[in-house]
Amino acid sequence: MTKSELIEEIAKDQNHLPQRDVELAVKCILEHMSESLASGDRIEIRGFGSFSLHYRPPRQGRNPKTGESVALAGKYVPHFKPGKELRERVNDAFQNNP
Amino acid sequence: MALTKAEMAERLFDDLGLNKREAKEMVELFFEKIRAALEDGSQVKLSGFGNFDLREKKERPGRNPKTGQEIPISARRVVTFRPGQKLKARVEGYAGSE
Repeated sequence: MTKSELIEEIAKDQNHLPQRDVELAVKCILEHMSESLASGDRIEIRGFGSFSLHYRPPRQGRNPKTGESVALAGKYVPHFKPGKELRERVNDAFQNNP
Repeated sequence: MALTKAEMAERLFDDLGLNKREAKEMVELFFEKIRAALEDGSQVKLSGFGNFDLREKKERPGRNPKTGQEIPISARRVVTFRPGQKLKARVEGYAGSE
């Protein structure tokens, strides 16, 4: 499912709202989530999961073209931990229909 | 402070002028449609944010951490999140709170 398919799916259940509004809403939610992570805040959605930042310490990397060694700074990467309901629904569906 | 569904709905109310009920429903549907697609066995690709992928894990040996007793961890399907380039770039610059 892509972002535009997600918008269509939501629009089917929200037929009192024009699809354009659903599109803006989905973009607004994603922007809010990105903005939150970019400022170091976690996201916690019960039944879905949580997003947080994980730190990657500085390391020596290599330029794959030249083989030259380069120092890479420490950085943060986004991390997602699925919540209980999401984990169970995905795995139950798999167990019933592998 | 962690971002929650209530704040996402508040943002939809403030920025898009959805009424409180519509905003709350929109946020619920956003996460429910993603869960439903994953439950259905479909990957979810949200460009600019990231992909929710499904991985199948084979049975592997495990241990009850309390009793030390060996019990196999059954084969299962799990959700993983791969952040997109844009989100990674925005988060990388976060300087940390300490």
